[in-house]
Amino acid sequence: MNINDIKKEFPIFDDKIQNNDLVYLDSANSSQKPRVVVDRIYDFYTKEFSNVGRSVHYLAVAATNLYEQTRISVQKYINAKDKDEIVFTKGATEAINLVANTFGQKYLSEGDEVLLTELEHHSNYVPWHFLRKAKNIKIEFAEINDDGEVTLEAIEKKITNKTKIISVSHLSNVTGAILPIKEIVQLAHSKNIPVLIDGCQGAPHLKLDMQNIDCDFYAISGHKMYGPTGIGVLYAKKKWLEDLPPYQGGGGMINEVKKEGITYGELPNKYEAGTMATAQVIAFNESIKFMEKIGIQNIEKHEKELLDYGLEKLRKNNSVNIIGNPKEKGGVISFTIEGVHPHDIATILDEDGVAIRAGHHCCQILHDKLNLPATARASLGVYNTKDDIDKLNEAINKCKKIFNL
Amino acid sequence: MDLKDLYQEIILDHGKNPRNLGKFDNYNKDAKGNNPLCGDNVHVYLRLNENKKVEDIAFEGHGCAISMASASIMTDMVRGKEEKEVKEIVIDFLAMIKEKDSLETNILNDDEKTKLMSLSGVKQYPMRVKCATLSWHTLTSALDNSDQTIKTEE
Repeated sequence: MNINDIKKEFPIFDDKIQNNDLVYLDSANSSQKPRVVVDRIYDFYTKEFSNVGRSVHYLAVAATNLYEQTRISVQKYINAKDKDEIVFTKGATEAINLVANTFGQKYLSEGDEVLLTELEHHSNYVPWHFLRKAKNIKIEFAEINDDGEVTLEAIEKKITNKTKIISVSHLSNVTGAILPIKEIVQLAHSKNIPVLIDGCQGAPHLKLDMQNIDCDFYAISGHKMYGPTGIGVLYAKKKWLEDLPPYQGGGGMINEVKKEGITYGELPNKYEAGTMATAQVIAFNESIKFMEKIGIQNIEKHEKELLDYGLEKLRKNNSVNIIGNPKEKGGVISFTIEGVHPHDIATILDEDGVAIRAGHHCCQILHDKLNLPATARASLGVYNTKDDIDKLNEAINKCKKIFNL
Repeated sequence: MDLKDLYQEIILDHGKNPRNLGKFDNYNKDAKGNNPLCGDNVHVYLRLNENKKVEDIAFEGHGCAISMASASIMTDMVRGKEEKEVKEIVIDFLAMIKEKDSLETNILNDDEKTKLMSLSGVKQYPMRVKCATLSWHTLTSALDNSDQTIKTEE
């Protein structure tokens, strides 16, 4: 599959959007879907649908097999040791909530500390805040430096003998900084502290190897990986999934239910209560296959080239100010234009079909630190081209013209 | 949709150089408003005299050109007017932004109406309507002595 010709795999680019060719630069928010994923959902509902893991009729067995195949694909894709370490959730948000809730229940008590960073997405802060309220724990934030990075030293500085878990982003959705997660895990493990990685922005863009990273938990969002909405993955080491209490109660996650008491199901069923997003899980397998077909190394290379091209172009554009300058950076360019509010930028760019995001990108702590109420953000996906970057730059120039800059 | 309808000269002017920006000492009513989706916020201060007239009004805050221009034009427009007149203007303005083609109140003269109508371009941009209305909802809250911060999201 030729990466330079990949747009044609995505039906969204077939038609004009508001009379424009779509320049989609909002993949950090959510990615577009290749035809194979869309078709898989249609086919499953029209030809193969049944609930999984319960009935013994033909369709139920076939659907269960398909559902479990995705689990194995994910396991291989992220090089997890065991397929039972893959738990399906409704998204990365639920994956983090699952850990915060169950780990919090069992291992956190008053005065204990959870260590996050200043660049976390709200979904890796709010679930821990619930525990701050419920259990009187403390939340510490490792600081970003002037380049918008969080270094190993910044993490180390905030670790105390009260730190019970560290939860950090793999790749910042604002500055694009790639955190030294392997080193963070090594450091944390040397102090017996487990680590959760919020991999929302990591999984779609970087090669993953759970056994190599050695983290305890890794949260993945399906819809940012060219997959359907409503599906995410929690990778967790088996010892944790066996040790921690269940998250939600319901059908499918139990072993035996009696009036006197209940025993819970084996892994991975223990954490998959109720009817799951069956069609989405099955279609997510196509996203994984799609990415494998292109090759993650090729995706990384392609996006890095585009990022460098975009950074160079925008740096030359005076009055554009790029947020953060991390040495290790993923395909995210957050920026401001002196004299134009990000929301005005986004509206004006949209007029030419250039779709970006404006706001705090669910990172208010970071924006407070940067002393910016909002930024504009162009984020890359596998389908972007240099032409998209050129159009972004032209639209920015139009913006400046409207505002007489 | 036409960007020129949204970013008219008067909007760009008020957006860039908002009138009545700041705070004054002897205000007797104030309220805060924010738009959590985009981080815009506004704080409206006003002084209502014994005759229920808006003696002075100002605002603090930050936001996009639309929200700053809207707050700027609004504060210009309601200064010197009586409370019940202000309320009528607010209702008329919000109705215009949401559904009506024109302003109906007799309190405003034609010049003032033209100025306010410059904000009508946001109708074509549903996501931006909140930018134009935030300061107006906040003004109502200040007049009603409501302690609640106005939010554009529930």
